[in-house]
Amino acid sequence: MALLSNTTVLLGKELRTEFRSRELLTTTVVFILTIVVLFSFTFDPSVTESRRFGPGLLWLAFLFAASLMLQPCFLREQNNDTLSALRLSINDPFAIFLAKLAANTLFLLFTQVLLLPVFSILYNVPVLAAFPQLVLVMFMGSLGLSVTGTALSAISAQARMRELLLPLLLLPLLTPVLIASTEATAALLVPNPALRWDWLGFLLAFDVVFLTALWLFGEYLLEE
Amino acid sequence: MTPTVFSPTGIRFENIDKRYGGLYALRRVSLDISAGECVVFAGRNGSGKTTLLRIAARLARPSSGTVSFLSGGEDRGGTLPPAGFVAHATMVYDELTAEENLLLFARLQGIAEPAARAESLLREVGLAERRNSLVRTFSRGMRQRVAIARALLNEPAVVLLDEPTTGLDTEGASWFAQTLRHLRDSGRTILMSLHGESEVSTLATRAIRLDAGAVVADTLTGANLRSILAFSNA
Amino acid sequence: MKKKILVAAVVVMLMSVAAYAALFIAPTESKMGTIQRIFYLHAPSGMVALLSFFVCFVGNLGYVFTRQPKWDWVGVSAAEVGMAFCTVLILTGPIWAHPVWGIWWTWDARLTLTFVLWLLYTSYLLLRTLVEDPDRRALISAIYGIFAFLDVPLVYGSIRWWRTQHPQPVIMGGAGSGLEPTMRKVFWFWFLNLVILMIFLIRERYALEAMREEVHSLEREAEAA
Repeated sequence: MALLSNTTVLLGKELRTEFRSRELLTTTVVFILTIVVLFSFTFDPSVTESRRFGPGLLWLAFLFAASLMLQPCFLREQNNDTLSALRLSINDPFAIFLAKLAANTLFLLFTQVLLLPVFSILYNVPVLAAFPQLVLVMFMGSLGLSVTGTALSAISAQARMRELLLPLLLLPLLTPVLIASTEATAALLVPNPALRWDWLGFLLAFDVVFLTALWLFGEYLLEE
Repeated sequence: MTPTVFSPTGIRFENIDKRYGGLYALRRVSLDISAGECVVFAGRNGSGKTTLLRIAARLARPSSGTVSFLSGGEDRGGTLPPAGFVAHATMVYDELTAEENLLLFARLQGIAEPAARAESLLREVGLAERRNSLVRTFSRGMRQRVAIARALLNEPAVVLLDEPTTGLDTEGASWFAQTLRHLRDSGRTILMSLHGESEVSTLATRAIRLDAGAVVADTLTGANLRSILAFSNA
Repeated sequence: MKKKILVAAVVVMLMSVAAYAALFIAPTESKMGTIQRIFYLHAPSGMVALLSFFVCFVGNLGYVFTRQPKWDWVGVSAAEVGMAFCTVLILTGPIWAHPVWGIWWTWDARLTLTFVLWLLYTSYLLLRTLVEDPDRRALISAIYGIFAFLDVPLVYGSIRWWRTQHPQPVIMGGAGSGLEPTMRKVFWFWFLNLVILMIFLIRERYALEAMREEVHSLEREAEAA
């Protein structure tokens, strides 16, 4: 199917471009790390306090990082008007969105998995016991961040003040993702970790709603 | 979609309007371009040349009016491969190599044997030795060559060029004119916008002047080709 | 013009009747006293804000599918009116809560949703100021508006669900819950009034936007000539 193959080809391009320069990944990792460190000054990271505040702060850091990392998503395509080249080469522009959101999900997940052990050490929170489940939660959360973030990146790329605009547009929209991911993460950092399928299901619903909206309206964002 | 020998294709613009808010970029433009013509559009900045070309490329949609591609007397708009488009922007990725760029677009367009096609085009435009260099390291002239290669990937019957010689030195412009001559002589329909007389403009079989979004002169209806080109920066 | 003045007069009259009803006709609430009367403004404002944003959503869909500017005008008008009612809700909440419970604010589902709505539609209006071309502006903001409204049930659902696990005081009971008959009548009378006010304000704002666009396009034509 053309959509799938185009998405795969474009995803390959996104990954290759990023791994060549690693700009997005490095800056995102450093940014999250900075926030995690700064947060440590706002409360005393004893075990109980960390369990209470940790997940929320972690996901807040991920949210901020995402709202910055997603800015270049469509801005990059304006550089040499490569977006036009893509539009000329494929029939269904949805492939462009799918590829970008898949790439963004992977980038976000990568940075999160990288930082989880750091967070665990700095805040005295055990993550090994439920590590695979945590990765699942982070994947679902990242998917939510990416679906909306990719769409809004296309929107903000067409406005002025786009660097400030994307976080402004994105963060209120992501309230459900913040809540669901925080709750699911918190449930995995306690002595008897349990996977909260209800919150994961909610994240899935969130993703489905916005993926559908993107599918319906995305092409209008790319037209002239 | 296998690259086939293309069938000569003409273009018809019927009552094209393009509005941006209250401003008209194009006003009731109607043109009939026969297969194989090499048409030069001249006009000041903002006269609508770029808009018309982008509409022909199907990158922009007209506010009203239609564009049709006619092959053998029939509108083949839906089934024909899209026109090749070369703009002032290179429309290739700086962070990929020349070969990677061509492979990417070839795969997206569903071209059979994309690697072979990319290879042959790189040779045609004289970039075979630099195939593994990032486009970011290329000069302006070399970037235009990649752009042309990209535009010709699917052997389009129509080639659209928007001020393609901007920023090229005399050698680059010369190579470009030569390439364009090949394209024209092979029967492709060419539409390009230019800023004045040059080696490239001598290839034109027809010239059209646009002003404020309307056609004001056309060599087809008797206007003088040189005068159309000469006043283009007035 | 006369018709407009007449309509405005009717609206003012209705609001005066509503104010009188809230202040004098409705019985005093036993536990909270007189300050509770602000409830008649607070609760319906929230409902009308949501209704307004729904109208905005409809306008957004209308524009995306028809590309006629009038739908964009509906969208921006309804968004601004919705913001006004949203602001009323956010301001009246603390005015009520502080004398009664001693707290200014609580993050219960309704208030939190209202705040998020306030942020979302502020972004919508801000986005509009940052896109020059009117057609682009209309399309881009319409799509954002659609996303924003689709988020509303998700925001509300997630906050409520979360609150069932981390309970907080709710500033007031469910709309109309446990209301004595006279109170209920006053409540619905206020709701009706605010809906009428909403329609009136949206129509006025719409007319203003239509006029503004006409002036702009005349200006542009004059410039081009």
